Amino acid sequence: MKRLLQPLLSVLLGLALGLGVTALAGENPWTVLKILASGAFGTGYDFGMTLFYATPLVFTGLSVAVAFHAGLFNIGAEGQLTMGALAAAATGAILFRVASPWAPLLAGVAAVLAGTLWGAIPGWLRARRGSHEVINTIMLNFIAAGLANYVTLYLLKNPESQNPETRAVGDGYLLAPFSWLGGAPVGWATPLALVTAAGVGVLLWRTSLGFEIRAVGQNEAAARAAGIATGRVQLLAFALAGGLAGLVGVAEVLGNVGRFRVGFSPEYGFLGIAVALLGRNRPGGILAAALLFGALHKGATSLDMETEHVTRELSLVFQALIILSVSADGLWSWLHRRRSSC
Amino acid sequence: MAAAPPAAVELRALSKRFGGVLANADVHLRVAAGTIHGIVGENGAGKSTAMKLLLGLLRPDSGEIFVHGQPCIWASPAAAMARGLGMVHQHFMLAGAYSALDNILLGAEPVRGGMINRRQARTRLELLRQQYGLPVDWDSPVERLPVGVQQRIEILKLLYRDANILILDEPTAVLTPRETAELFANLRRLRNEGKTILLITHKLKEVMAITDQVTVFRAGRVTGERVTANTNPTELARLMVGRDVVLNLAVAPAKPQVGVALEAADLHLAGPAVGGRTRLAQVSLQVRPGEIVGIAGVEGNGQSELLQALLHPRDPRCRTSGTVRCLGQDVTHWEAGRIRELGVALVPEDRHREGLLLERPLRENFLLGWQRRSPFSRGGFLRPSALTSAAAAAVEEYDVRPADLGLAVGRLSGGNQQKLIFAREFQERPRLVIAAQPTRGVDVGAIEFIHRRLVRARDEGAGVLLVSFEIEEILALADRILVLYEGRITAEFARGEVSEAELGLKMGGS
Repeated sequence: MKRLLQPLLSVLLGLALGLGVTALAGENPWTVLKILASGAFGTGYDFGMTLFYATPLVFTGLSVAVAFHAGLFNIGAEGQLTMGALAAAATGAILFRVASPWAPLLAGVAAVLAGTLWGAIPGWLRARRGSHEVINTIMLNFIAAGLANYVTLYLLKNPESQNPETRAVGDGYLLAPFSWLGGAPVGWATPLALVTAAGVGVLLWRTSLGFEIRAVGQNEAAARAAGIATGRVQLLAFALAGGLAGLVGVAEVLGNVGRFRVGFSPEYGFLGIAVALLGRNRPGGILAAALLFGALHKGATSLDMETEHVTRELSLVFQALIILSVSADGLWSWLHRRRSSC
Repeated sequence: MAAAPPAAVELRALSKRFGGVLANADVHLRVAAGTIHGIVGENGAGKSTAMKLLLGLLRPDSGEIFVHGQPCIWASPAAAMARGLGMVHQHFMLAGAYSALDNILLGAEPVRGGMINRRQARTRLELLRQQYGLPVDWDSPVERLPVGVQQRIEILKLLYRDANILILDEPTAVLTPRETAELFANLRRLRNEGKTILLITHKLKEVMAITDQVTVFRAGRVTGERVTANTNPTELARLMVGRDVVLNLAVAPAKPQVGVALEAADLHLAGPAVGGRTRLAQVSLQVRPGEIVGIAGVEGNGQSELLQALLHPRDPRCRTSGTVRCLGQDVTHWEAGRIRELGVALVPEDRHREGLLLERPLRENFLLGWQRRSPFSRGGFLRPSALTSAAAAAVEEYDVRPADLGLAVGRLSGGNQQKLIFAREFQERPRLVIAAQPTRGVDVGAIEFIHRRLVRARDEGAGVLLVSFEIEEILALADRILVLYEGRITAEFARGEVSEAELGLKMGGS
């Protein structure tokens, strides 16, 4: 019960504080809330766009969570998803003629493999050399961005566009959007996110490997003493985390624009850390947190048009305040103490 | 009748609650000035809580504290220190690279014109040294000094701050028998000079040897106060545990079988170690099925290194050369998990660090190490029902309390945690048992259980390697005794071949 209550209260507190900010800016908070809600959920299209923003966050949230359970901090989801998207786009652009249903499968595998590789590097460095994954993933984020720029601008440039993007993938690769969401670019990537979340849940809590991952994360020395090859488990967990982040490529490239666009990600990788934190590293929590962040992102886009004093960047304020209230451990233990001492 | 002189320390009806746990309930304690007073009890019995209340590290929920007859409500630990109370912690609070002198001054430096006046301090310390007979080399970095001397520095630190009530927490845990004897001589001298000493310990023999009076704690309460001369270890153990306890298990001699359960040949571990000691050198040993081989030694003489080398021979951080054979196989280049699957049970030396997932429930801790074995795993998937039934049965057999499989293991007492480890490691009959400090921080009642279990494993044909800092434990259980000193095996004895005193000397390197 408490496990559910605390994140819920954090969200409410963050929202309340955020609405307080809008009041300071001279808006009616109630009006702002209504605009947010209808912007996120008002029509089928609005809800579709909410799901569109939420889907990558599920993948990156799961990515961060899997690493977290192994006692590792994955700041590299951004680089991993970049590599995933780039690999999917490159596959589709090079093997242009492959037809559905093999094409998306092929590109999906490419995306996962690229992400896996990008996760395995810091995992291997950590397991083998003991070098810290935070530093390495941050550096690999830059390398991935640079590599993506190079491939996009020099190897696979779209000659028909002024924008830095790759050539379009073959038509066989595209996942059609669901018609009932009013044309929002949401197709099979979103159900895939749900299935992936369930799969991660099964892996972590129902398999031997998942137990080993969690044991290593809980107490590496005890896991080692119990005969678990901790280095291998860390490497596997990080590779898995990378593969999960790589799945963002499926949503973006196959489900949306059919190409790799430089800078397509509004920092999904870093938002994934927030999503995992808010979702307490549980698949169900991550789904809920991703939906919330997606809704805030989508809902806030309407603020530009419909209010005078606040803009869409308000969604960042909300996200920040929610994260702050989730992280305010001291606040929660203080509340807890007060209640128990009465 | 004349009024009794005020006690140095008096606790009256002290109570302290942590959440739902009553850590101290109506604790009364009276320590006469100029005496050595033993405080005994199992882990979690409330000894440390009472001492923390006395020192102002915690505040009582109710009750009163008197020091030399004056009621005291501490605003801070510093206030308690100013009234002459001081504590030597089990793990020393010393800055290793600093000299003994600077460590003593740290936090109480005599300052003149912004500069530390070391000469003045030195003069004062020389006086203290002569008065109490505590020789120390003032200028060596403390990390290069033997543990016994480091402890002396801790005591001088308190004397320098004019403490007249000294609390020592398990002071002999890290000492050789000889250093222990020196410590006791020093404590007697301090007492004769008028200091009051509170000695927290779980070793009943030491209580009998040095204290004037003793107070026994159990489950947060004081269960007995005795004049040491009028009591005996059996009575004290009964007060500690609440029932009769077998203190000295009579162990039948071993019937070792032919063959080798564990064999190490010429193990080395090179590399930097504390105080320039050898970590491991030329260690060769053999454990046959059906015998207990004890590794005696003072903490820090290569025990941890030896265990790591035996369990992780492949890891270059654990072994630089030498071979390990286990149950008929050369396992020198095997992974740890594969070695364990031969039938090796491990009781790790530090159960919190290496034995348990403290935040996880009993159920998962019972699975640790067995997560890929039948019946708990099939096709890579866990089988929760098989785990639950096996764990429930084992928890009952080993009497782990509370027997709640969903409870986080960190909430169990030390003895129950250790029993859980035994339940886990002995769920299949082991062929080799490696037990390190199996009774450290474990209550007297559980000690008996653990010793019986090790002997039973031996009698069922397992080879047992027992690493322990407790001489009595080694002498009682081991069929053969190897002495580990500064990373080398320096002596070997058969059961009954060596006296406690002689073994103590060997452990000290002579």
